[in-house]
Amino acid sequence: MDLLSTSSLAGLLFQGILVLAAAPLLNGLIKRAKARWQMRRGPGVLQPYFDLFKLFQKDDMRSEHSSWLFVVTPYVYFGAALAAALLLPTAVAHAPLAAGDLLVVVGLLALGRFFLVLAGLDTGSAFGGEGSSREATFGALIEPALLAGLVGVAARAGTTDPSALAAEGAARGLALVGPAHLLAFVALLIVAIAETGRIPVDNPDTHLELTMVHEGMLLEYSGPALALLTWGALLRQLVVLTMLAGLFFPWGIAAADDTTSAAIGAGLLVYLLKLGALGLLLATVETAYAKLRIFRVPELLGTAFGVALLAVVAGYLVG
Amino acid sequence: LTSSFLFPVAPLALWALGALVGLAAAAVHSQRLARGAYYAGALGGLLGALGAGLSLATGAATIQWTFANPLAGVSPDPLTAAVAAGALSLAIDPLATLFGLLLCGAATAVSLYSLGFQPGHAPHATAPATPPHHRVPSEGHLAAGFHLFLAAMLLVFLADSVLAFLLAWEAMSLVSYLLVLYDHEDPTVRRAGYVYLVMTHAGTAFVIGAFLLVAGHGGGFTFDALRAAGQAGGSGPWKTAAFLLALVGFGTKAGLLPLHVWLPRAHPAAPAHVSALMSGVMVKTGIYGLVRVTWDLLGGALPAWTGWLLLWVGVASAVLGVLYALMEHDLKRLLAYHTVENIGIIAVGLGAALVLGTAGLPAAAALALGAGLFHTLNHAVFKSLLFMGAGAILQATRTRDLEEMGGLIRRMPWTAATFLVGALAISGIPPLNGFASEWLTFQSLLAVARTGAPGAAWYAWEGWYGVGAIAAVALLGLTAALAVACFVKAFGGAFLALPRHRHAAEAAEVPTSMRWGMVLLAAACVALGLGAGGAFVAISAVAAPLVPAQTVPAATAIDGVVGTWSAVSAPRLATGTMPGVLAAPAVLALLVGAGALGLILRRSMGREARVRRAPTWVCGIDLQPHMEYTPTSFAEPIRVIFAWAVHPFRHTEVEYAPGAQNYFIHAVRYHAGVHPPIERVLYRRGLTLLLGAAHRVRRLQAGSLRLYLAYMLAALAALLAWGR
Repeated sequence: MDLLSTSSLAGLLFQGILVLAAAPLLNGLIKRAKARWQMRRGPGVLQPYFDLFKLFQKDDMRSEHSSWLFVVTPYVYFGAALAAALLLPTAVAHAPLAAGDLLVVVGLLALGRFFLVLAGLDTGSAFGGEGSSREATFGALIEPALLAGLVGVAARAGTTDPSALAAEGAARGLALVGPAHLLAFVALLIVAIAETGRIPVDNPDTHLELTMVHEGMLLEYSGPALALLTWGALLRQLVVLTMLAGLFFPWGIAAADDTTSAAIGAGLLVYLLKLGALGLLLATVETAYAKLRIFRVPELLGTAFGVALLAVVAGYLVG
Repeated sequence: LTSSFLFPVAPLALWALGALVGLAAAAVHSQRLARGAYYAGALGGLLGALGAGLSLATGAATIQWTFANPLAGVSPDPLTAAVAAGALSLAIDPLATLFGLLLCGAATAVSLYSLGFQPGHAPHATAPATPPHHRVPSEGHLAAGFHLFLAAMLLVFLADSVLAFLLAWEAMSLVSYLLVLYDHEDPTVRRAGYVYLVMTHAGTAFVIGAFLLVAGHGGGFTFDALRAAGQAGGSGPWKTAAFLLALVGFGTKAGLLPLHVWLPRAHPAAPAHVSALMSGVMVKTGIYGLVRVTWDLLGGALPAWTGWLLLWVGVASAVLGVLYALMEHDLKRLLAYHTVENIGIIAVGLGAALVLGTAGLPAAAALALGAGLFHTLNHAVFKSLLFMGAGAILQATRTRDLEEMGGLIRRMPWTAATFLVGALAISGIPPLNGFASEWLTFQSLLAVARTGAPGAAWYAWEGWYGVGAIAAVALLGLTAALAVACFVKAFGGAFLALPRHRHAAEAAEVPTSMRWGMVLLAAACVALGLGAGGAFVAISAVAAPLVPAQTVPAATAIDGVVGTWSAVSAPRLATGTMPGVLAAPAVLALLVGAGALGLILRRSMGREARVRRAPTWVCGIDLQPHMEYTPTSFAEPIRVIFAWAVHPFRHTEVEYAPGAQNYFIHAVRYHAGVHPPIERVLYRRGLTLLLGAAHRVRRLQAGSLRLYLAYMLAALAALLAWGR
């Protein structure tokens, strides 16, 4: 079968372990960098692993008002995020499973969001409903900017396949950089901030009723279920940043047909460095800005949409 | 005739039988016999779907029949003779087979469902209940109308001449009008039926105009003659005019903006199984007519701007349709607005096919047309499913108001599970069928974007093709994400949390046959999603011969669509090697594997995790239903953000306790809705102008005999002068 010949179980295992291990580390790094910007010492970069491990040891407390949907949601959310991560190229310009393109990745993220938003409503808690309502709203506002940015880049190359986009971008070298490239990056960076639930759209560190979005939906979860949801959210963050790295900084990725361990090792190192750099950028933005009022968020995401369209115009008129 | 026994002879015969049984049941006042009629509907649908599916899978052939014509030779007038020649011919070709499959598949599930459905005269969501002691049409009449409606729709797809088409079209419109009026003591239902009747006939006038325009350039009224006229020559302006007439006429039936106003009124007013057919199948006759006229009869060679017009009408329908849906809390009206949205998505595919066809890219045009047709099929499946779910909820809770539901997932597990599948499918979530066809639509827009010339001068029209296509992609993305919000609102409001009304708390699951109808279509959503590759290969075989095959410059040639049972790949401009790919079974396998890994992680990393149950934490008091986020409050941020587009309003009435000087609030009544600008500006103002003009014309009819004689004299003089 075509799919099996282009993908290998070894590659799937390698990338699965890579993304599962890298996602908490990335968040630890961002938290550490944020603490340093704010003149705090902050927790160590390994703290997210300890948190996940601790949550797995706890009892699972479920609301008696909730249904089976509440039980399956952590697995769907985690599974969709992990599946999306396996469709993107990381160290090598070849995703381990060529089963879907960028649009499928966006669809899988929507699958996770659909279930999580439903789970927020399932318990009947007003906090969950509030978080769900806002998450669904932000999700709707993120989508046009995200698609305009992604498809703008994809249309110029003529494909929506992330591996092909990364390989061709790397081959073009610095000629890739132009007004369209930079504008699209700015648009998708705003999208990434909103999608990962960071300031100025959402605050990942708060449990204050009036401001929480993502945390509001998780409020009734505990123990192993919360661990899976947290890990899933970390994976989604990794997916978004991997997408940015592959589209806008494809340089240094190992060629698809280069299977020497040196090339793969170098590609892996470059990939981790890119993730770290993007994480530091997110930490900086989060420190430099204050959280927006909820009805100011549409202006921010509308700006992202406008910038993404400008990138498309620039791509067609400037080349 | 033997090869066409399964499709279309069996469904037509069985549905005629069903109609007769329904009439007999009405005559003898037998409810059991009326329900039994639906066995004929289900069997006819099943045989027809089998036959149509087989013939599509093996490459459908074209068969024509011409029936002995009672009108032939009656009139010596050449025009009448021309209309009568081959007037009652029917034909099956691949396009008719595809739509027949859609109809028969939906008919099977909906008929099964109808076996257990009680079309009670339920109270309207917003109006107070009317006393049920009036004379109402019996269930026998309803069953007869249901089967006649099915047969009329099948005849629309089979018609092979203008007269046959219009006869079937009118039969379909009139029968569906009567079905909408089933619950006729409710004034809102009568009003909905009236609006529907006016709109559908206004639309039919445009359809007739389109046919006459094409027939005027050819030698007859059979589709063969029309085809010969339409496909001859290049793109004359009359072809554009015929397309625009067809767009208005069929767009009315399909519910394209701004001709959709009847749809959210009429579809919810009908009993649920009729709503399922109207929204699932009848609006598709509009799409069928548009495809038949534009690609088959006119040859698809139209100026590029007509394609862009259709594309942007589609985008506007999609975005505004879903926004209006979000403002609704009547479940059936919400679903009806989603029909407007999905017809918009289909129109985007069709518009892209026109643009790509004129750009000389037949493979890409076939992809876009196939995407539109695939979404048509998919929408028939999930929209019928969702309307059946809404009918099941209505039967169980006696309400269509989402505000009064809640908690039904525990009381109606089957309805909940199948509704969830339909909600995921319509929201475009992988790996279900809605995602597959939206993915193909996105890919066709990507192909449109590639026809724009990079580096073109800013004033060159072609340079903006890319921007237009990508803006359309972004707005379709907005539509999909808003659909997610809307179906989370609908599913969450109906099925999750605590019941907010006594009826919802006492609801019981619906009978087995209704569950089977819903399970069948839910399975079809999954099957069409996982088998998207194979389904799309069959649909491409229908679409490809329709697009104009022009010579293509080699440099811009587009690779053909690649499809196998497990995957479908979009073409890539210039000879690329890695196209975008959607392998739904592999995506599902990946999802299941990754989800299972979550379970393994939980088992391996944790202790023996104990599960404890406790009430939801609401700051230390007991959870009450009125604390929940209701569907309306869920959609509130979207209502505020998009207020400029939907013009919402709300009235709050506060009633104070008597004698307490307005200190103690007794009751608060809250009423919210939208004032759609289209209805206000286009229809209200248009109607005012029309009535004013009619008033002025009335002066001609002054009641004076001498004046009328003068009119006749003037008319005679004018005719003599003209005919000289």
